[in-house]
Formats: sequence, structure tokens, C-alpha cells
Amino acid sequence: MNLFSSRSGRYGPYGGAYIPEVLHSCIAELTAAFYAAKDDPAFWAEYVTLMARYSCRPTPITPLDNISRHLGGARLLAKREDLNHTGSHKLNNVMGQGLLALRMGKKRVIAETGAGQHGVATATMAARFGLRCKIYMGEEDVQRQRPNVFWMERLGAEVEPVRLGSRTLKDAINECLRDWSHSMDDTHYVLGTVCGPHPFPEMVSYFQSIVGQEARTQLLELEGGLPQRVYACVGGGSNAMGIFQGFLDDPVELVGVEAGGKGLKSGRHASRIASGEGSVGVAGYRSYFLQDADGQMVDTHSVAAGLDYVGVSPILAYLADSGRVRFTAAEDGEVIEALKLTMRLEGLIPALESAHAFAAAYREARQLKSGERVLISMSGRGDKDIFTVAEALGDASWLEYLKRKAGG
Amino acid sequence: MVETLEQSLRRALASKPLLLMAHLVAGYPSFDDNLHMLEAMREGGVDLVEVQFPFSEPVADGPVFARANQTALERGTRVSACFDLMARARNILPGPLLMMGYCNTVFHMGEGRFLEKLAAVGAAGFILADLPPELGADLYGRAQALGMSGVLILTPNTTLERKREVARQARGLIYCAARKGVTGLKTDFGGSVEDFLRDVGAVSPLPRALGFGVRAPADVAFLRGKAEMAVVGTAALETYERGGARALADFYRRLQEGVLTGGREA
Repeated sequence: MNLFSSRSGRYGPYGGAYIPEVLHSCIAELTAAFYAAKDDPAFWAEYVTLMARYSCRPTPITPLDNISRHLGGARLLAKREDLNHTGSHKLNNVMGQGLLALRMGKKRVIAETGAGQHGVATATMAARFGLRCKIYMGEEDVQRQRPNVFWMERLGAEVEPVRLGSRTLKDAINECLRDWSHSMDDTHYVLGTVCGPHPFPEMVSYFQSIVGQEARTQLLELEGGLPQRVYACVGGGSNAMGIFQGFLDDPVELVGVEAGGKGLKSGRHASRIASGEGSVGVAGYRSYFLQDADGQMVDTHSVAAGLDYVGVSPILAYLADSGRVRFTAAEDGEVIEALKLTMRLEGLIPALESAHAFAAAYREARQLKSGERVLISMSGRGDKDIFTVAEALGDASWLEYLKRKAGG
Repeated sequence: MVETLEQSLRRALASKPLLLMAHLVAGYPSFDDNLHMLEAMREGGVDLVEVQFPFSEPVADGPVFARANQTALERGTRVSACFDLMARARNILPGPLLMMGYCNTVFHMGEGRFLEKLAAVGAAGFILADLPPELGADLYGRAQALGMSGVLILTPNTTLERKREVARQARGLIYCAARKGVTGLKTDFGGSVEDFLRDVGAVSPLPRALGFGVRAPADVAFLRGKAEMAVVGTAALETYERGGARALADFYRRLQEGVLTGGREA
């Protein structure tokens, strides 16, 4: 399956570039630069070498032997993007776009961030490549993710709180587009996920495909066979697109796990597809969005800031419609339980986002026969979530510690 | 057949060198305020008005309008009420009315229903800030069949080839954004704006409406003889918020003086 052969940015009825005319020329410039890089074999080789030397690629695959025994049924394995530099798959896309920005002669990068992972990754890349950097972050997320703001600033980035709209990820994306519409001459916009106007969904998928390529090769080497299923969490969808691309042409079931929040009937979730509540709309690109009766985008909820987003990749929307990717959701409560189990039995701390994939895989593991393989995308590490997780676990001694620190 | 947008503008241009185009965000600060603004526009001699339907993701708008969009929605502004406002505006103002907004509003209600309602309230056309001509060919074509104009935007930072392509599909008027960036920021009126307007004139015979950063009589005076319309948005809203309907009517009247004096006062 080649999703990208047409180079049109259309995936069935989804995708496109619904942008103000002022952005037409910079989107055209970026599209041309991206395809020139994609057609140059030396570019991909440069990217892979960079990721091996600067980050931790290839990241390993870890068999989850203890949990597999505990649950009974499938043999579970995790693709360890938590071991990538800056602690998630986000850096793959960012370093790739950084190389592209250098090729285009840009001196400055801007990026949106929700949880802060993409912002930290972009600030890291900018520091390494000597680019000026500004990160737009919803004011609410600035409050929720203080440690990441600290790191972005220490890495030399300017962090601008966005006070418009719901003050979360979608508003930070809007603010980036506004910045870009007058700064495009010297600035590249490093969009963090497989959404937004063409060529971003294709470009981010291209850089993240390194995850799936590695995983397929590793499984054949280590396990001598393919998995029956692959689970990945889906906010915008970048880690899912990354790992799924390794298996699109194989008889492997691909499962996207959305944020079920407080429950799909609660109205407080971020499930655009599995809930059946999303409808087709346009906000830069055509896809499924959570919107009201007038087509206004609504507020979403998830315990994981990185999944708390109103839209979903147009490519995943297409793969959902065609049945190639099955969508399900995991609720906040079962996500915390899955996280606890993974820490206690495997000594691994998945990010709250990634824990959604673990939760769905655990729930369904018994449906599979013993020895059948399930690959889980561990898209990031969870130590960034210490405040949220400690609160969800009701950890009394941590609370004491915070009080003591605040008092000091 | 009712007059098309272009015909109305040509008729108005026969007796006035530069038309004044005003803007409001429906439901902001309130629908009552909108009616006062429309009265002030009539008193101040405004020639045509764009009524912005608020949207949750107004990416082409600067801080003043983005906040106005958000506040209007927080105050419960519905799309149906925006159409009602247009119908009332029709009875207040003699000149053409345009719907302005973002394309999800249209796609969500359905292109057919949108055009039907727009025609019913007597609109001359619409401007969708995030619908490029190549993605809206169907909508723009259907609008034309109903006698309405899908207005397109040109910016200075595109190639001549792109300008020609957009102009080929444009109807009614060409909305010329004076510079890069979003609405409400400062524009330096000078040679580059003049060059841009000349470029637009070379690719399209349609009347040119120059917007983004038009704030003062001197800006309007500068545009006389270079464009056919001046679009005043953010500065008018700021004036209304400071001084109400009377101040707004005075503001438009002062701009009219800029129209009449041409370059002399500037």
C-alpha cells in the first residue's frame, strides 16, 4: 500500500491544504523542498546516521515476558521510543524537519506543543543546529507542564503562552500559523504530528516511518516472524503512523487507541473515531473532528496532554474508513492501571499517552492464542508525567514533598 | 435577475472614486451592538459590509478579531443568528453584504444549504479565509450559478503565476491583503503596496479591495486612484469599543474625507 504515491496530499476524501492565501507560497516552497529531499537517497541516509549518532536509534524491542505470563494469551513486545533522545518518538520528526530547514536555509523554527514533548524536542534540535526557536504552548498546558517549559527555556527557546481559544494544543497550532504567515521568509514551522495542511501529514509520516521500518526488521530477526497485532495510541497520530507503516502490507491487524477520558458517553474524551462522535470537518485539513452542531471545534479531555486534541490525522481517518486500522479507546482509569502494572511487572514507565496503547493491548491480549505476538508502541517515557501520575495514584508522600518544597 | 456584486460595485464607482468596505464580527460585542454598528456604517457612508461568522479556529485573524471570534462564541453565537443579522443588515444598509468566515462553517451545514440561506438573506457573496480556489471550485461554481460571488484573496508574496490562477477564478472583487501576516497589524503604505495593487490590476479586471492595516484617512487617501475599495476592520472595531456608535460614525466620516481629498491631505 503506497499512501503517498500521488503526492497530492489527499487520502480518500481527507487531507488537503485549507490555508489562508498568505501561506500559499511557503507551503509550496516547503512541499518542493520536501519532495526534493525525499527523492535524494543521500538525505534519508544522512537522517538515519544522525539519529544513530545523536539519538539512540535503532531503539530496541523489549519482550514483556512478565506481563505476558501474568495476563495469559499473547506474547507482548514493546518498541522502545522512550529510549530515543528527549524521551519520545517526537525527536524523529523534529530532527528530520531540522535537516530540511537547514537545506532550505531557514534561520528560525517555530513549533506548537501540548504536553511539551514536541516543544522540548524542537528546542533540542534548534540548539544542536544553531537555529532561533520559539515554542507556542496553550496557557493551560504551560501551567500543567511546568518542567517541560523549564527545559525548553534552558535549551534556548522562547516559550510563548497562548491565551486564545481553549488555551491548549489546537490554539498553539493556530498561533504558529499566524506567526508563520508573516515570518515565513526565514522561519520553518516544525509541525509535530501527522495533521495540518499538506505536506505535513506526509512529511511527518515519512520521518516517523523509521520506527516501523526498524520494528519490522527487528521482529523478523529476534522473533522470526511478524506480530498478529500492533497497538499505538493516537492523538494527532504520529507514533501510530510511524509504527503502522512498517506493517501496512502485512497480514497484521493495526489498532489505534484514542483517549477515552472519563468515558465515551461522558462527553469528556478525545476520541474522534472510536466514539462515533467525531464528524468530518476542515481545520487546515479535512478529517474527523469533535465539533458542535455549528461546526465549532469543542474542548477535549484526556489524562494525557499529548492525546488531548480535537482532530486526527487525515491518513488515519482514511485507514479507519477503509478498515485497515481498527480504532478503540482507553479510559483514564484503565490507563493508570496499565501504567501501574507495567511499572511493577516490567520496570518500564510508559508515558501516559503510550499507556493508552498498553491498556488496550492488555484488555485484548486474552483474545489471542498463546505465542501470537502483539507489538505495542511505547512512544515515550513517563517520568515527565510525575506530577499527573502521582496525583492520579494519590501518592501521599509525594504530596508532602511538594508542600515542603513550596513552603521552602 | 438581481445585480451581481461586480455590477453593484461598478455602479457605485461611477460616482465615487474609492468605496469604503466595513467589517463586523457577528455577535460581538453583542447582536445589539452589531445593529448600532450597522447604523453607524450607514451614517458614515460605508459602501459595503462583510459580516464575519465567528469560528473556533480563526487562523487568518490577528489578536483583536481572534478574541472577538472567541468571545462571540462564548456568548452563544449560533450560525442561524448570523444569518438573521445579515437579513436585518439588508434593511439598514443600501450597499452589498458579504458573509466572511472559515470554510468549516459552510461544509458543516452543507454547501447547498449555506448558499440557499445566503441567497435568502440577500447577500451578494462570501469570503472564506481558508478556502483556496483549487479546493472550493464546486462551492464557488454553485455560488455563481445563484448570482452570488465567491470572493478570493490575493497577497503580495505569491508568484505572478499564482496571482493569475487565483484571479481567473475570482468573482465580484479581488480582496487584496496589503502585506504578509494576519489582520490588525501595522501596514506601511508606500511603494510596495502600490506595486502590489498594480500587479493585481494586471491580472484581473475586477475591482480591488485593499485591506489589512487600513486605519486612518491618510491610508484611504493613499489608496485613491490605486484601488477601488478600502477595507477597514480592526481600527473600526477598536473605535467602537472605545467610543460606541457615535465615535464609529465619525470615524467612517473622517475616512470619507480621505476619499474626497485623495492624496492632497496625506
